[in-house]
Amino acid sequence: MEWINLAYLVSAVLFIMGLKGLGSPRSAPRGNLLGAIGMFIAVVATLCDKGVVDYSWIIAGIVVGSAIGVIMARRVAMTQMPEMVAIFNGFGGAASLVVALSTYLIVSGGSASWATALVLSALIGAVTLTGSIVAWAKLQGYADQAMKLPKQGLWRAGLVLTIGVLAFLFIQNPYEGGCYLFARSLVALGLGVLLVIAIGGADMPVVIALLNSYSGLAAAATGFALNNYGLIISGALVGASGLILSQIMCKAMNRSLGSVLFGGAMVSDDQMDAIPGKEFYEGKVKSCGAEEVAMLLENAQKVIFAPGYGLAVAQAQHVTQDLALMLEARGIDVKFAIHPVAGRMPGHMNVLLAEAEVPYDKLVEMDNINPEFSQTDVTIVLGANDVTNPAARDDKASPIYGMPILEVDKSRTVIVIKRSLSPGFAGIPNPLFINDNSLMLFGDAKAVLQDLNRAVSEL
Amino acid sequence: MEALIIFVLAVLIGYEVITKVPPTLHTPLMSGSNAISGIAVVGALLCAGAEGSSWFANFLGFVAVVLAMINIVGGFMVTHRMLQMFKRKKG
Repeated sequence: MEWINLAYLVSAVLFIMGLKGLGSPRSAPRGNLLGAIGMFIAVVATLCDKGVVDYSWIIAGIVVGSAIGVIMARRVAMTQMPEMVAIFNGFGGAASLVVALSTYLIVSGGSASWATALVLSALIGAVTLTGSIVAWAKLQGYADQAMKLPKQGLWRAGLVLTIGVLAFLFIQNPYEGGCYLFARSLVALGLGVLLVIAIGGADMPVVIALLNSYSGLAAAATGFALNNYGLIISGALVGASGLILSQIMCKAMNRSLGSVLFGGAMVSDDQMDAIPGKEFYEGKVKSCGAEEVAMLLENAQKVIFAPGYGLAVAQAQHVTQDLALMLEARGIDVKFAIHPVAGRMPGHMNVLLAEAEVPYDKLVEMDNINPEFSQTDVTIVLGANDVTNPAARDDKASPIYGMPILEVDKSRTVIVIKRSLSPGFAGIPNPLFINDNSLMLFGDAKAVLQDLNRAVSEL
Repeated sequence: MEALIIFVLAVLIGYEVITKVPPTLHTPLMSGSNAISGIAVVGALLCAGAEGSSWFANFLGFVAVVLAMINIVGGFMVTHRMLQMFKRKKG
């Protein structure tokens, strides 16, 4: 038995070294490989465990699971990464839940601390499973809005109370309380739905990161139940990772974790009523054509792109890179300004641009690029809205006041490429669009950029 | 108690290591940690291969092995795919 624990220790060390490798793009592929080797060692060690006697289910499970994994990893488009991570979080949670139930059936009883670990593992696993499915559906656009059920707080409290009581009953008598454990898992599945369904689409990056953390914590709890240190360590690593990322996302949106989880939409109903509609823009927006922008770009020395989720929707990352290359060939300094919530999950925009072969040293984080806007001739905002809204900096009455933004309005000219004047996730108008130095270029990002590329090449 | 100590120390190590991951790599970090949370496969294997229990318990173990293997294989592979994109054009 001892050498098996030694093997788990080796794989835990490999996981930590693997995560450390993610410290830079250069060492990251090796880090990922180390992680995979660690996992392989953990699996092989477990297969040698005395407790494993029948391999038929195992082989079937490994074959089926690996095949599905390979297909999903190959097929997924980079724009779909948030959905994939969301659904993987759910699988992770589900695995912990099912392991907890199966363990109970096999061992059928134990100490109070064993029962507590099992209860936690099943609870977190179940909440992660259904919460992730709802998050996935929201990302797919099936239920984008924050949905408020009537008496939501009451429901939530009721479910939590039920779970608490059933957990207590189970822990009191783990040997005969199996039905409580199963019933409680069902209730926990409902709780997962209820927790995530009330959260708005704009907050999904936080939610995915948090569910990522939960999937790790569920695995750690399973580790407590099985007294398996490999599971505990790996689960703790994932738990910490998800928690850090959700903190970063919250900071980037100037929200507290509590208000994301329990506060509903970003803008309250009262604030919503006070928000001006279309009349906000009336007669104040200057629109322009591709030729005009090409002329501006011709005389520019420094150009910054500020991409947002609209770029991903329009699949315009490749055309954007074509334009960037053309401008660079003319000796223009080109950079990309990346807001932490620019995509739909942490780091999403970086992946999309990396796919389009934008070198990663051209991608500049918000804090580093903001001082550069005042020396920039042209900034091109591509399908980004709220993260460029100067009201977040200037207007104390704005619902998004205090949210860190890309200060694109400080550059000499701002070109905003957008389909219409419709508001972003926050649902508020953007004064950037009526600034003196702003020009709107209306249309689908990809089509507009193709026109622009043609105009620039004809200069 | 020992288990709790290990858990807390591992969280602290995780915190230290992961705060050093640059924002550029946050998406691969998430898909990579998806793969690592597939470590639940250890529990799943023990359940699927346990002796002398009901077929239902073993079947649940099988379901867990499938789910965890999707995470492991899918997670590491898609992370690899993304990281290759970051690698290929430097210079």
